[in-house]
Amino acid sequence: MGCMSRPITRLVGQGIRYATKLRGGGSAFPGLVMEKLHPQFVAEELAKLPQGVVVVSGTNGKTTTTKMVVQLLESQGLRVFTNRTGSNFVRGVAAALLGEMSLTGKLEADIAVLELDEAHAVHFVKMVKPRYSLLLNVLRDQLDRFGEIDTTRRMLSSVAGATSGTIVLNREDPRIRSLASNAQPGTKVSYFGLSDKLRSLFPSDDEMRGSTDVDEAVTAPALPAASVVLSDFAGTQATFGLECREVTGTVNLYGIYNIFNAAAAIALTQEVLGEKLNETALLAELEKIAPAFGRGETLTVNGQTLQLLLVKNPSGFRLSLASADAKDYATMIAINDQYADGRDVSWLWDVDFHSLIQGGVTMVSGVRAYDMALRLAHDDVYVETVNEDLEEALAEFIRKSHGKPMRIFCTYTAMLAIRKELSKITDVEDVS
Amino acid sequence: MSQAQNLTEELGEEIITQTGNNKSLKIVQLYPRDMNIYGDWGNTLSLSRRAQAHGFTTEIVDYNPGEEFPLDGDIFIGGGGQDSGQSVVQDDLLANAETLRMLAQDGTPMLVICGLYQLFGKEFKTVGGETLNGVRIFDAKTVGGEERLIGNIVEESEEFGTLVGFENHSGLTYLSGDTKPLARVTKGEGNNTEDDGEGAHVHHVIGTYLHGSLLPKNPAVSDYLIKHAAIKKYGEFTPVVIDDSLVEKARASAAARPR
Repeated sequence: MGCMSRPITRLVGQGIRYATKLRGGGSAFPGLVMEKLHPQFVAEELAKLPQGVVVVSGTNGKTTTTKMVVQLLESQGLRVFTNRTGSNFVRGVAAALLGEMSLTGKLEADIAVLELDEAHAVHFVKMVKPRYSLLLNVLRDQLDRFGEIDTTRRMLSSVAGATSGTIVLNREDPRIRSLASNAQPGTKVSYFGLSDKLRSLFPSDDEMRGSTDVDEAVTAPALPAASVVLSDFAGTQATFGLECREVTGTVNLYGIYNIFNAAAAIALTQEVLGEKLNETALLAELEKIAPAFGRGETLTVNGQTLQLLLVKNPSGFRLSLASADAKDYATMIAINDQYADGRDVSWLWDVDFHSLIQGGVTMVSGVRAYDMALRLAHDDVYVETVNEDLEEALAEFIRKSHGKPMRIFCTYTAMLAIRKELSKITDVEDVS
Repeated sequence: MSQAQNLTEELGEEIITQTGNNKSLKIVQLYPRDMNIYGDWGNTLSLSRRAQAHGFTTEIVDYNPGEEFPLDGDIFIGGGGQDSGQSVVQDDLLANAETLRMLAQDGTPMLVICGLYQLFGKEFKTVGGETLNGVRIFDAKTVGGEERLIGNIVEESEEFGTLVGFENHSGLTYLSGDTKPLARVTKGEGNNTEDDGEGAHVHHVIGTYLHGSLLPKNPAVSDYLIKHAAIKKYGEFTPVVIDDSLVEKARASAAARPR
């Protein structure tokens, strides 16, 4: 292939983006074209940003955390470029870049905040050295994709090793905490964490089975000091411990793990802003953050609320279950086993479902509905109906909810199908 | 397929049917702290409930490295781990190898999956060229492979009929001598990429790469372990007829999934 000049490559990419938008096409496609025509495009554009690049990675909570980081940085007056669509591959970044650039080719931003899948992050940091990285967790997730937890950790270690400014780590996750040793000389390491009080609510995969003495397992290692600690929360009021004081703010997110992600986002914002941090603006913005797609999204159906809760690994499912009192809700669970869901459903056996005994489960659906029903039977949870067909199951579930607020725990592709169905009867935010 | 079904009767049967024969079985989970990666708890839970359905009281005991080995266990069960978990239990396992071999030869039923299956063989040669010694219950050698064998798996066993599960391993296992495969693979890879054997079976010890979890969807294997534990301990086993209609549906949907 011959070399096209830069403005032409970009216009080609932007033309394709416009065309695919019109027919509602996939968001990474224009980026793919761009990548082929001008492989260095992404690296060159991002290198121009005065405050550099932030990479957000880890197995869980990337989308919500990235969204929070972007909003918190914007609250501080920064112009932020991000791969908003959740298309978190290198190609998605290129596609997002094209979308943000004016036709004269200037990226109007001070800093980039990019959500990257851990496998793709490895390739990305070879091209673009991040100034900051925010590494969230290594939960037992997508094992059929990456093989093993330790492999995932190694992927993240290359992100830590490529970071030039500050690495922000979750001190509660031993695999993430240990990434400090991968920091280059001169790169700062900072942590976010939990108070002793809250720590027992977050069992790690390692602790979930086998150790009967949870206290010993949790407190054994000496933990490094954290720049932001989630000290306590009740309802939507969360208290964060900063360097030498505590602040309390409202976080409109469902589930303790999302609130913990807010601590991660605050820690990163502190690193970027340093002394210039405007705490009042930060707390005001925190309140405005709405859940990202599928991460605790609440819709209204027949005048009743319906929550969609994405589940994809034992600890996430367990925390979702713990976030509300089961007997107050009509509950549905939908398990698919496509690539994006995780093809192996054995992780369901590592979730404790006893909290559903009171209230039972109204509907179990999805391709692996019977695996799920069998799992619930093993914990003595009453299942009213099993229906593998999601469309029928959803309609029947809504009918049978008897005016109770509804919640649906679902894997990724089940959630896409359910949102599509729901969009016929209620307002569902469009995600492209 | 998609008609509403009331499951209480199906499920209730299994829970309530306890004949109360005043007999008990001790189930020992081997290394649950380090080797518990693919829903291994599901196997222990399912085995315990199945034994209860057959009228036994059950006790579940954890065994982790360095603890006193529970010689009075009636059934031993162990799972897969990260490579890191595997190296943690390695030394402890070798220290108990003699005991485990003696128990196996004495007819104690055991089920070992993935990582522990590999370590119950003679040796495991890692991708890095290191050779780990195994427990030598199975006449089997495992060689670390570059590629992971991942996907749904279905296999046929003379003793257990159709077995369904999910495999995810990079080690390739080769059997020899008296050690026979557990089953012949009809969908998936199994022990290695050359022959169609999967798992291993000697005495009353079963090794397999199937998780998913294995026992909830393959109760024939649970029944086998319970039967031999009961015969060894009490001299006889009278099975209870258990309603497996929900299990059958889960088996059918799992077996129909693409590789």
